[in-house]
Amino acid sequence: MSTVVNTKVMQADLRDTTSTSRKNWDKAFLGGLWLFTLLAIVTLVVLIGTTLLKGYTRLNPSLVVNFPSPFPEDAGIQAAIFGSIWVVVTSGLVSLFIALGTAIYLEEFADQKSRLNNLITINIQTLAGVPSIVFGILGLAFIARGWLGWGFTVGTASAVLTMMILPVMIVSAREALKAVPSSLREGAFALGATRWQTIVKQVLPSAIPGIATGSILGVSRALGESAPLILLGALAYVSSNPSGLSSDYTVLPLVILKYTQEAQEEFQAVGAAAIIVLLVLLISLNMIAIVIRDKSRKSW
Amino acid sequence: MVDKMVNSIISEVSGASPKVGSVLNVSVSASQSSSSANFANEIIMESAGLQVHYGDFLAVRDVNLTIHRNEITALIGPSGCGKSTIIRCFNRMNDLIPSAKVGGNVYYKGIDLYGPEANSGEVRRRIGMVFQKPNPFPKSIYDNVAFGPKVNGKPSKKETDEIVERSLKRAALWEEVKDRLKQSAFSLSGGQQQRLCIARALAVNPDVLLMDEPCSALDPIATARIEDLMGEIKTEYPIIIVTHNMQQAARVSDRTAFFNTEIGANATRPTGVLVEYDTTRKIFSNPSDTRTEQYISGRMG
Repeated sequence: MSTVVNTKVMQADLRDTTSTSRKNWDKAFLGGLWLFTLLAIVTLVVLIGTTLLKGYTRLNPSLVVNFPSPFPEDAGIQAAIFGSIWVVVTSGLVSLFIALGTAIYLEEFADQKSRLNNLITINIQTLAGVPSIVFGILGLAFIARGWLGWGFTVGTASAVLTMMILPVMIVSAREALKAVPSSLREGAFALGATRWQTIVKQVLPSAIPGIATGSILGVSRALGESAPLILLGALAYVSSNPSGLSSDYTVLPLVILKYTQEAQEEFQAVGAAAIIVLLVLLISLNMIAIVIRDKSRKSW
Repeated sequence: MVDKMVNSIISEVSGASPKVGSVLNVSVSASQSSSSANFANEIIMESAGLQVHYGDFLAVRDVNLTIHRNEITALIGPSGCGKSTIIRCFNRMNDLIPSAKVGGNVYYKGIDLYGPEANSGEVRRRIGMVFQKPNPFPKSIYDNVAFGPKVNGKPSKKETDEIVERSLKRAALWEEVKDRLKQSAFSLSGGQQQRLCIARALAVNPDVLLMDEPCSALDPIATARIEDLMGEIKTEYPIIIVTHNMQQAARVSDRTAFFNTEIGANATRPTGVLVEYDTTRKIFSNPSDTRTEQYISGRMG
């Protein structure tokens, strides 16, 4: 009997004393989070849904096989698909090499505390935030016309998109290199490896997932970019695929712009179908990024 | 002459304060006593007036050490006394820290490591290092060991296989991993990873092995295995070990250097100094400096 009393005396009060208003706040907060998430998803679903509804009639092989035509039922976007591939692949490759070199220098060689290094870093970060139209104007003045005079060509578009995505790619490549633990570098150095051997054989392989992800995100941005290319002659009636850097070109986002502005609904359907093609391309790029990332993780 | 000196050492040891010995429970192994008595072991490395600045901050100063063949030299002392800084001078790892400036000399077989004749890569190949936290490369067990030989030359597949097997056997890891050499090094336990790092260091056939608190991230069983291993390989690879664990220094080492901190005249942060360097037996039984005695008996640090 006495033991029972003792236990009762010792008992802590573990009952819920949270006030009802606090509980309600909890629920309201959670509800708010759900609402915002739902809003984002619903918007996306509605967008894709209406686009699909509008464009499904033109989602057939003729869309990607045909070139532009005055008749909406014949109009296709092959020139734009190939134009986009040309521009994105060349600018992606060029900026990947420049970004890798810059990032390796800044992370592995440059004195992290030097003023020059800080200045460069600040500049790169500022460039990453510059509106893309500014790069377009720059390209128009100095690449398309002016000193270089490359005209409205694939080469000009690639150069401008390279400038545009380079800062983002440098920053992501630097982050990827920074994430490689310094113990890995020390381990390699302690075995007599040179700086170059350490970077090529240990640091870069470990940084590949991050670099690949960052680069592909940069390339995705280039693929969806339209503003600078409006200035650079991509908003044109182009009826052949590019054959080189000096060819005329157009790209998917601008074809979409052109067709969705047309008065005829049949042309708008071509625009909607082109949107779906662009979305599929973007999703594939992101899938590739994910596959590369997972694959290099497995080999660890 | 030699007999006389041995006698004097023995008399010093027997005159040691029993209190210090009992507090530490120092057990001197047979191998240790034999090599300690053989104090004529050839000097393989030597530091003279070694000091390191990080920027304006003098981290450690006036370190004169001799590293002998067939011996394990332990560096002990409280945190921030510059033990790790000093051990990293012995294979020029401090080169990688831009603000670090090394003064004085470190000689390896008479050659100044910081002189014009020494290449830092070659220095690091000759003087291997094992780090505090096991740091295997994110590769297979085989590739971890093969990395060193590959960056230092172009061994054939057969030679590489032999080096990998020999190094893993030397590090007492072969039996545990021989059937899974292609597996990731991260599949090993912490103690196995540290032995893999030792095997990796031995694969380039160094002359000296530096160990910077190699057991601080390991459990006691894994620690005991590493200590046994150190005793086995010290005749081939003289070892310098930094340790926070005084019992470990007493168990494994033949010589011990005790470092302490002091605040210099115009300094705001403490600088490390070498207080006493002698045979482990002398340091732990009859230290000359009162600071050493205070530290090893647990009254300081």
